[in-house]
Amino acid sequence: MTEIISGLLAGLPAFFETNAWVPESVAIATWETIYMVAFSTGISYVFGLPLGVILVTTDEGHILANKGVNQILGSIVNMVRSIPFIIFLILIIPLTRLIVGTPIGTIASIVPLTLAAIPFVARLVETALKEIDRGLIEAAQSMGASAWDIIAKVLIPEAKPSLILGVAITTINLVGYSAMAGIVGGGGLGTLAYYYGYQRYEDVIMWVTVVVLILLVQGVQMLGDGLAARIASKRR
Amino acid sequence: MIEIKDLTKIYHVPGQEILALDNVSLCVKKGEIFGIIGLSGAGKSTLIRCINMLEKPTAGSILIDGQEITTFNNKQLRLARQKIGMIFQHFNLLSSRTVFDNVMFPLEIAKVPRGEAGKRVTGLLELVGLADKTKVYPAQLSGGQKQRVGIARALANHPKLLLCDEATSALDPQTTRSILELLKDINHQLNLTILLITHDMNVIRQICDRVAVIDNSRIVEAGDVLDVFSNPQTPTARSFISTVINREIPAELLHRPETDNNGAATKLIRVSFIGASAGEPVISSLVQKYAVHANILYGNIDRVKDTPFGNLTLELIGESAKLDAGIDYLQSRGLNIEVLKA
Ligand SMILES: Nc1ncnc2c1ncn2[C@@H]1O[C@H](COP(=O)(O)OP(=O)(O)OP(=O)(O)O)[C@@H](O)[C@H]1O
Ligand SMILES: [Mg+2]
Repeated sequence: MTEIISGLLAGLPAFFETNAWVPESVAIATWETIYMVAFSTGISYVFGLPLGVILVTTDEGHILANKGVNQILGSIVNMVRSIPFIIFLILIIPLTRLIVGTPIGTIASIVPLTLAAIPFVARLVETALKEIDRGLIEAAQSMGASAWDIIAKVLIPEAKPSLILGVAITTINLVGYSAMAGIVGGGGLGTLAYYYGYQRYEDVIMWVTVVVLILLVQGVQMLGDGLAARIASKRR
Repeated sequence: MIEIKDLTKIYHVPGQEILALDNVSLCVKKGEIFGIIGLSGAGKSTLIRCINMLEKPTAGSILIDGQEITTFNNKQLRLARQKIGMIFQHFNLLSSRTVFDNVMFPLEIAKVPRGEAGKRVTGLLELVGLADKTKVYPAQLSGGQKQRVGIARALANHPKLLLCDEATSALDPQTTRSILELLKDINHQLNLTILLITHDMNVIRQICDRVAVIDNSRIVEAGDVLDVFSNPQTPTARSFISTVINREIPAELLHRPETDNNGAATKLIRVSFIGASAGEPVISSLVQKYAVHANILYGNIDRVKDTPFGNLTLELIGESAKLDAGIDYLQSRGLNIEVLKA
């Protein structure tokens, strides 16, 4: 292992000398990954958060209990979640083409990434909101709160730390998914690693990509942990 | 204020039906503190939660200020609930809000303008003695302080009725006392009707005007607290009272011979007296007028709400006929007599 690393490190200066384009293309690919992941995380919460809220509140004995809605949405969510992402990606190519015009490229990747993340986000939100003490909901009901009041003023604010951790988990997941999308031409670090690293045996590109991915994931997790801890410590 | 008639609640759980309230009828008057006492599982929580429809009754009627609350639609119910405060055993404060914002919460729901609401919150936090804790989060408060926030929150919308579900059961005796005093003050100052449930007879004794005893889903006894204390009708009521007032009769008293050494008759009685009669010289009259001697075996004086309430266990010694006359005399003086052993 150390031999591999020291070998790679020793090769680095020479590599960059003959491949001056590498730092720039890594930077571009990183940026593509970041905005692909950021957009799909954002859009998946636009749909996933309400979906999660509906899953929780339509559950038996909850404020909007509705067995039919709960079961239908629950099974749709489970269905999408049971399809491996790499297959899902190919499965929805016609839809991606319909929305974006092409199934290839960074913008196009946002479609499968978002669609795959929505049910994931919905379950994360559901789990976070389920933790809320029923007593709090009852207290709000006893004051005459509407379902909307309870969602906006009790469930979401009370669950904020775990919701934030959920955003970090989703983002990290999408970083991984985006690399998979990259392999089928989605752009970003995945594409870079695949074309140069795998198809052309440029080990250095592979390793640089891995390091950048590690840094991205670490950064997101630290940010999430930090924010969640700050809120939780205030309330403690 | 509240009129409950034939209220029945059945919980349906897989495989069985649980009768939690069985034809309960009850009246709570405006401005009084009404207590409901019962053992665990008797149906207290179910009863109080039916009053603001957190639990839907299976049958029966609940009138609040003449309005049948059980037939309200969602919107009517929300408006009605805004005028019924509730406090809880486990406080149920929002951990995401400061003390100030917790009390603000019901005012946001009722859409009270921010400025007016802020003034009210400040006033309430002063009333409950937490003016210096406005910016603190609930997790940093003691149980008693949390319940004070709960009380301030329940009062924010100027309710006409306050429901208390075991409000002091999670608190130590001293804190319980201070919370009860606060409730009594609020009842006085705001002329607020309070309905509370508890399994602690001390709570009933310290602040309630009237009490209902619930046992096995039914109300078995109800009346003025003093009446129930001095003359309990059911075993359940008696056992609750014995938890705060010693009503045990030491075994050796019951096994004493029925005549004393000189052949005079003896009777063991318990005298309970309320308020003013505690000051009358009835015992000495007994000796002078009826030649009946009284041996004090046990006695105590307690307070029921604000009225002195005493208990004396006496051994009366004298001629048989005189003993009966003496007991009649005591009863004519407004004392409650229970013959423990003739
Ligand atoms: N949601 C529910 N579903 C099914 N059964 C219930 C439910 N809530 C209460 N019960 C049952 O109804 C009966 C009365 O319960 P309730 O909570 O009213 O008693 P309680 O007098 O408040 O007791 P405690 O002092 O323990 O709080 C009990 O047998 C209880 O198991
Ligand atoms: Mg209870």
